[in-house]
Amino acid sequence: MTRYLARKSFLYLLTFFFAVTIDWAIPRLMPGDPIDGLIARIQADSTASQELKGYVTESFGLDQPRWRQYLNFWRGLLHGDLGPSIAYVGSTVSELIWAAVPYTLALLVPAIVLSYIAGNRVGAMAARRKVLDNTALPVAYVLTATPYMWLALVLAYFLAFKWGLFPVSGAYDFSLQPSWTWEFTRSFLSHWFLPFLTLFLVSFGGWAIGMRNLIIYELESEYANYLQALGAPTKLVRKYAYNNAVLPQMSGLALALGAVVGGALVTEIVFGYPGIGTLIITALQNRDYFLMQGLFLLIIIGVLIANFIVDIAYVIVDPRTRAGIQGS
Amino acid sequence: MSTLEPKADLVATPELALTGDGAGKTDLGAPRGKRFETLHFAFHNTKLVIGLTVVLFFLVLAIVGPLFTDADPFEFGYPLGVPPSTEYWLGTTSSGQDVYAQFVYGLRSSFVVGAIAALVAGAIGMSIGFVGGYFGGVIDEVLSMLTNIVLVIPTLAVLIIVAAYLEVGSLWSEALLIGLTSWPWAARAIRAQTFSLAARDFVNLARLSGRGTTRVIVNEIAPNMSSYLFLTLILLFGGSVLTAATLDFLGLGPSQVMSLGLMMNTAVSNAALQLGLWWWFIPPGIAITGIVGGLYVMNVGLDEVFNPKLRNT
Repeated sequence: MTRYLARKSFLYLLTFFFAVTIDWAIPRLMPGDPIDGLIARIQADSTASQELKGYVTESFGLDQPRWRQYLNFWRGLLHGDLGPSIAYVGSTVSELIWAAVPYTLALLVPAIVLSYIAGNRVGAMAARRKVLDNTALPVAYVLTATPYMWLALVLAYFLAFKWGLFPVSGAYDFSLQPSWTWEFTRSFLSHWFLPFLTLFLVSFGGWAIGMRNLIIYELESEYANYLQALGAPTKLVRKYAYNNAVLPQMSGLALALGAVVGGALVTEIVFGYPGIGTLIITALQNRDYFLMQGLFLLIIIGVLIANFIVDIAYVIVDPRTRAGIQGS
Repeated sequence: MSTLEPKADLVATPELALTGDGAGKTDLGAPRGKRFETLHFAFHNTKLVIGLTVVLFFLVLAIVGPLFTDADPFEFGYPLGVPPSTEYWLGTTSSGQDVYAQFVYGLRSSFVVGAIAALVAGAIGMSIGFVGGYFGGVIDEVLSMLTNIVLVIPTLAVLIIVAAYLEVGSLWSEALLIGLTSWPWAARAIRAQTFSLAARDFVNLARLSGRGTTRVIVNEIAPNMSSYLFLTLILLFGGSVLTAATLDFLGLGPSQVMSLGLMMNTAVSNAALQLGLWWWFIPPGIAITGIVGGLYVMNVGLDEVFNPKLRNT
């Protein structure tokens, strides 16, 4: 078990190192000077732009040799210093990110967990059951092929604008202050529901298809046939099949994380939900490079941590990794 | 897997005879019979037929659709926010652009980007998968490590940061970017297949007879997993269409080329939701869902056609 987790941790550390290097290198490798471009865009007068340039050059540490810039980048990162924001003057990137992360997590965590559970259940039920299979499977294929932002647009248009069942944008009513009151909670939940539903539905389709195929595969295997030949009830055979099918689904969960995070970003943009996605679009529109780089790192770190959690869960579920039988 | 396919038992015998006979004797008759058999299953596979029909419908629309309109997708000057009518088939935008023109040109972009990105990703995935799976050892370890690293990094995050600095100007560069980031799972899958094929007797024989590595891979290994490679390309295509739409939606695609994602982007930023201009943002999403969903369903159908084991279940 320790060997398995150690291997994984090594891979994640290496990935993190790789990602930080990319994050550092991209602005420096790209054609054109991002700082000049930035200053041209801000269109300040000449003295102010000189000052700004000096300030940005210093923040980037561009007057130092490359290797020192790289080390400085790491040092800043390890101290949680991601630089100042250009779009939100006066705020640091870390402050902005910490303010946005809870909202994104509030969407992502329930959506991932619930869609995984529900998708697996429905997929397992649909396998080898004609009527359910012929109705649930096409729906699942449509859902998994739907672009997140489009489903968000459709839900927002019909449920919020047309029928007025849900509020349109934001995370809570503007007249309210975040607090633990009943009124605020209700407002928060009604704003939260549609973006959550978008993420839930698209991911749900993928899990249902995956589970259905895995269950069919398991039901064809020797042990399932043997159990059936012994006269074991179908329910029991299906239960064993489910237990075995959960394992590849869990590996799939780790791989799907990146896609769901991407989905959350565009969904937030459609609903104006104040999470990471909305921050990214502001960063892009204002050419706030510090913010962009900080968000990039945040997403990478988040996905790596989530991967690690899935790995630990895998160890708990699969006795083979615990006993060290399986080297993967 | 589906319930509507014919029983495979009827044709199980000719297939057995074919494989048992080897390639030498029945060279004239066998491939013909086999091809007919595959076609037979292809046309009787509901999933394949449905998926292919949907994808072909949009492909044909992308090819001939622009011929039915004189409008330029970026051209202004049409009535503002008109719903679909006989004159404006899909209505107009709030700033007076023809939605039909945007839609059909956007479809073209989707197919172009999807195809190029799939080929780029396929080429990288195959190279890494073949080399890693064939040679094994340290080379495989290094390539697997690289694959796993790129696999864990969320593609969209990388694309956002690269596209933000690079200012993607054409469909080609967008497709290239997507292709360069979407290959890892393909590489992993192809590596696993190659690994098992590389240990087979016919591969050993080819190696013993002194053939070069490239020839062994190209002539012995690749043809034996050609259907698998084809399925991989289809999935890469579908994934690339989705990724491109997301990038375009974020405004990171080429701004001079109309795309389905860009339609949704401008619809959102010009308050199409608030104004109730549903014809502006509904069609592009239906097309993407149709193309990608069609490809996925087609993929399952093809899998059943290529793989006899899946047929009669």
